[in-house]
Amino acid sequence: FTLSIYLSIYLSIYLSIYLSVCLSDSAGQFFSSGHTNNWAVLVCTSRFWFNYRHVANTLSVYRSVKRLGIPDSHIVLMLADDMACNHRNPKPATVFSHKNMELNVYGDDVEVDYRGYEVTVENFLRVLTGRLPPSTPRSKRLLSDDRSNILIYLTGHGGNGFLKFQDSEEISNVELADAFEQMWQKRRYNELLFIIDTCQGASMYERFYSPNLMALASSQVGEDSLSHQPDLAIGVHLMDRYTFYLLEFLEDIHPASKANMNDLFKVCPKSQCVSTPGHRTDLFLRDPGSVLITDFFGSVRKVEITTEAIDLTDPIKEVEERPANGDVHKEMHSYVDQLPVSEIIHQKPKQKDWHPPDGFILGLWTLILLVFFQTYGVKHLRHIF
Amino acid sequence: HYAAAQKQAEPAVLQPTPQPKDDFQEELVVRPLHSGDIYASFQFRTLWETDFMRGNKVSHYRLFPKSLGQVISKFSVRELHISFTQGYWRTMQWGQPYLPSPPGAELWVWFQDSVTDVDATWKELTNVLSGIFCASLNFIDSTNTVQPSASFKPLGIGNVTDHRFLRYATLPREIVCTENLTPWKKLLPCGSKAGLAVLLKSEKLFHSSFHSQAVHIRPVCQDWQCKTTSWELRQTLNVVFDLHNSGQGKREWSLFKMFSRTLTEACPLASSSKIYIDITDNPEQFELSPATSLLSQAMVLGDRRTFSVYDLTQQDTFGSVRSLNLLIRWKSTEGDMLRPLLHAERYVAGYGLQTGEIHTLMYNHHPYRSFPVLLLDSVPWYLRLYIHTLTVTSKGKDNKPSYIHYQPSKDRVRPHLLEMLVQLPPNSVTEVTVQFERALLKWTEYTPDPNHGFYVGSSVISSLVPSTVAMDTNSTRERPLFSSFFPCKEESSYFVRVYTEPLLVNLPTPDFSMPYNVICLTCTVVAVGYGSLYNLLTRSFQIEEPSPGLAKRIANVIRKMRGVPPL
Repeated sequence: FTLSIYLSIYLSIYLSIYLSVCLSDSAGQFFSSGHTNNWAVLVCTSRFWFNYRHVANTLSVYRSVKRLGIPDSHIVLMLADDMACNHRNPKPATVFSHKNMELNVYGDDVEVDYRGYEVTVENFLRVLTGRLPPSTPRSKRLLSDDRSNILIYLTGHGGNGFLKFQDSEEISNVELADAFEQMWQKRRYNELLFIIDTCQGASMYERFYSPNLMALASSQVGEDSLSHQPDLAIGVHLMDRYTFYLLEFLEDIHPASKANMNDLFKVCPKSQCVSTPGHRTDLFLRDPGSVLITDFFGSVRKVEITTEAIDLTDPIKEVEERPANGDVHKEMHSYVDQLPVSEIIHQKPKQKDWHPPDGFILGLWTLILLVFFQTYGVKHLRHIF
Repeated sequence: HYAAAQKQAEPAVLQPTPQPKDDFQEELVVRPLHSGDIYASFQFRTLWETDFMRGNKVSHYRLFPKSLGQVISKFSVRELHISFTQGYWRTMQWGQPYLPSPPGAELWVWFQDSVTDVDATWKELTNVLSGIFCASLNFIDSTNTVQPSASFKPLGIGNVTDHRFLRYATLPREIVCTENLTPWKKLLPCGSKAGLAVLLKSEKLFHSSFHSQAVHIRPVCQDWQCKTTSWELRQTLNVVFDLHNSGQGKREWSLFKMFSRTLTEACPLASSSKIYIDITDNPEQFELSPATSLLSQAMVLGDRRTFSVYDLTQQDTFGSVRSLNLLIRWKSTEGDMLRPLLHAERYVAGYGLQTGEIHTLMYNHHPYRSFPVLLLDSVPWYLRLYIHTLTVTSKGKDNKPSYIHYQPSKDRVRPHLLEMLVQLPPNSVTEVTVQFERALLKWTEYTPDPNHGFYVGSSVISSLVPSTVAMDTNSTRERPLFSSFFPCKEESSYFVRVYTEPLLVNLPTPDFSMPYNVICLTCTVVAVGYGSLYNLLTRSFQIEEPSPGLAKRIANVIRKMRGVPPL
């Protein structure tokens, strides 16, 4: 009898220790990533109808990121050209990623923040560093802080050390690395994941030097990133290979999934992608195996449970209603005449404000006066007048 | 101690503060067009008796969207009209629209007279609106904003019409797609979940010949006495579905065929939710199902039209299947369309990349009445107009306008503005021509695709067109929304606004690879020329004897052994 008591006490102590260790482990892991909010900056840099696949790339990442929880207010989506409502699109308001029109990545509630000619190198760098003019609306700003995890996805045409924007300008890898350093110094990110799907994409992350950056690229220097499959009805290639397999991988991820970055590095091996995807993790402080995919692609909110009680029953102060303005004689309003012909004909020309004379006129008059006084001299003025 | 704290506080009895009354109405007008296409016009109107202006900080929004309410109060806006259009309205085939709009984006705003710096407020307003509607309205700046002096009088109530507070801008290149429809739908009280807005599916709406969505905010009279004003927000969406693209060639239209959805209920927040089908043209040639006995007549666009009405707030409209799918079937295709009285066209004539000529044609199809039109033309600065070549001719003779306002452009600062009041003689074509010269832009000012061309915004023609029936001037009588947009002051004519096509003009485009070519060539020339000169000046030359052949070397070795000087 006493033996069983001893055994039960021993078991209970052992179990409690084991459970507390487990709980503290999971609690530790629960708060290990250190970020409180997620942002995403998704950029497609190519213009013209034959670059349909770059818009489809960006929209498929947008779709995954939105599905895993990042709201539109935290996504800055930049599309350099409009493919969905392009007149060449046989199915308007759609952008497909699979041939035979299986998956419409454009969706029904897309919000594009920068579109058309607004997608420039300057705007992209301003969004990253936060140096935007004061009248820029909130949806166009990256309002991240030092506890934000940011996902940056770029796609387009690129080369060794540069990425082409809209066929007219380029961003170099040095500029990009400097922009990330500015972000680090201004404490605009906690951790940053940079994915690029262009030809020779690995050259874009070669020059990074700021901490907490992880980068993935679709091809090494000297290799081209290839496109996946054309659709004969639409007439162009629909997606690039790397992003196609990335989308396939992300479709299996749900907000509670425990997949980590090592799985992401295995996406699209050389047999599927023809190019060799690369990645760079030396600037990242945590081990990639412990970084969850949803740390960057999803917006998993961490909830802290508290047992304190908060008093919400403060007396509600009544807003005293200001009496409606006391003038009893309100004049009768009326609609304005839309085309008052007689009034228009007799309209007096606007009084122009008087401006002081412009530079040229001022100079001319100064010259005339100088010559005048030189010729006649001041003392002879009284003879002239 | 918690209970004691509660007792000490005033008993929090909430007196119900009378909230300003707001009202929401929605309606859909379907008008079969003569060519077999079908025209659907949605109007959603929210009326709100509140005062944004007089220092009351409005913080409780119910039906009126908060984003627009904050815009009105922050920027002291008196009237705001913004529209996004894809496609061009073909007046000759489709008649007049209920609400006209030009291709691209158009924004015109009347500010309150308390605004001190109108231009700065305008710039901020365009930036804020570009964020709300996901459009590139931030490209509106002084180079495409004009201040009309006689057109675009306020559509709401008011008596101050100082045109210093009016700004008008248009972006003909602006693309309209789902990303503009999404925030527009979010402004509706029921969103896109109930009522008529469930029909707004982007895949069908953008697969059409014409799509236009607009937001109009203005102050209106509350009642017939018109002593108090309330704010009216109208959201309108006009769409024309093509017979062959969406209709598969059959003259049979239904809600499901047009929108791929059917209606199941009205918006619960709406006080009225109706569908009007225009059956004036051919009352015996249409078949409507499910049939309705409600008929209504309205005076719209100068004509008395008859409509079949479906009231969605009545449960029996939806029948036993609880869903409404209207079917309109043509029985025959006879009948002539009434020609619209006013119609306009515009095109560019000329050849080459240096000069050209803009022709604007205005057609008056009335057999015996003439009426005045106000033509507003805003041409960008890079088309330099020669105003001395401006001619206005009707029926071959010169037609002198009774009012001309011209503001010349300033390079890179403001565009040309030309406003003319022209009397159109009956049954005639009036042609306005002006020659221009194309400017060469600086190489950084070209768009990334300059060979596409540059757009010139549509001309606006505002006119009071004589009507065939007496128009209703009583502005507060209960009228369907589509007939009460433009205020009517006299019975014999109605106000109409016609937009012409935008123009696409090619400017002389440089070869953008030239800087690269020049750098390569210059560097090569410098390297070859300077390099050679440098070598000549800094290298010293030494004579070097060539090494002797094998036979001579052996002979030299033998001679050295013998002690004799070498060869």
